Amino acid sequence: MTSVVICFLISTSFAAEIPQDERRSGTAFMTRETQAMQEDDRANPGMLAVLDGEALWKDAPPGAKACAGCHGEAATSMKGVAARYPTFDEARGRPIDLEQRINLCRTEHQHAPAFTWETRELNAITAYVANQSRGMPITAGTDERSRPFVEAGRALFNKRQGQLDLSCAQCHDDNWGKRLAGSVIPQAHPTGYPEYRLEWQSTGSLQRRLRSCVFGVRAEPLGYGAPEQVDLELYLMWRARGMPLETPAVRP
Amino acid sequence: MTRTAAMLLALAACAPAVAEPLQPYEIVGDAIPAPLTQTPGDAARGRAIVVNRRVGLCLLCHSGPFPEEKLQGDLAPDLAGTGSRWSVGQLRLRLVEPRRLNPESIMPAYYRVDGLDRVAPAFRGKPIFSAQQIEDVVAFLATLKD
Repeated sequence: MTSVVICFLISTSFAAEIPQDERRSGTAFMTRETQAMQEDDRANPGMLAVLDGEALWKDAPPGAKACAGCHGEAATSMKGVAARYPTFDEARGRPIDLEQRINLCRTEHQHAPAFTWETRELNAITAYVANQSRGMPITAGTDERSRPFVEAGRALFNKRQGQLDLSCAQCHDDNWGKRLAGSVIPQAHPTGYPEYRLEWQSTGSLQRRLRSCVFGVRAEPLGYGAPEQVDLELYLMWRARGMPLETPAVRP
Repeated sequence: MTRTAAMLLALAACAPAVAEPLQPYEIVGDAIPAPLTQTPGDAARGRAIVVNRRVGLCLLCHSGPFPEEKLQGDLAPDLAGTGSRWSVGQLRLRLVEPRRLNPESIMPAYYRVDGLDRVAPAFRGKPIFSAQQIEDVVAFLATLKD
């Protein structure tokens, strides 16, 4: 009896996931002006990062091949890649995100130093690679090996944290569409990263965005590249499975 | 700075209450009948706390009879009439430990330091409100009659 009661309590303490046909990209919650900015490549400030990334793609580090030297035309070789990330990495026995994959390529194949998290370079090359999958459905986390990490990310998403004792799910599953002060709470589908945020006045990563939400509930932000952070990215991408990638998205 | 950034800063950047041992309190039914401080709550100070998004945080989720305040939240009930619906003791418990009454509530406990997970170092061991801030806000909310 006790265990039945406990199970019941645990199951009800988890927020209900958003039904698939009710899922909406953050784009749907934006003003028409911001939507227009995203839709027009000549007005979308995130395209500057994509163009920077294209230059980096063709730029060989000293004594090494450029990305293009092995991968050729990104429009062909990178098409669909970002839709699968974070993806399970055999060598590490766990998922890695696109930024980590790019940096592994740099350190292992180009023998170049890894780009520091959240630098213009790392966001640019990531945006360029992800832009090649724009419009393609997200498939990350749908394979069997990713499953336990999706579940770890889901647990983190549902865990209350910080001085304000709030979980991600309490806002983004249970109260999306309502207003936190003046801002509409979106469903937290990471469909357009790296993305240009008007509040940042720059292009930034999903990890940066996760850290600012965690900061907002007065919890200790996870480090860039921390396994838990990648698990959360993976869960969010799995939660957005089938939705089209929008990189570079524009957000308020 | 956009509203989202301002909101996140408002949530996170306020000066935390000074770390001091929490005052003991007794829950009777769905209320904390006795004040947490000797100094009576001051409704004017309480109003200033409620509308200050870096201190009270209230208007991030609640709206209320504050015509000068733009961009109030709609995640939680309007504060208008709060003083008609609840007694002072009921208001006190609703601020101090709201989840004692409703475990699913998104309202944080404003006077609690235990049972929290991964609190940022700047806020560790500190309640959102001091005991006096609880009393001031209770005094103000009690004035919001329908």
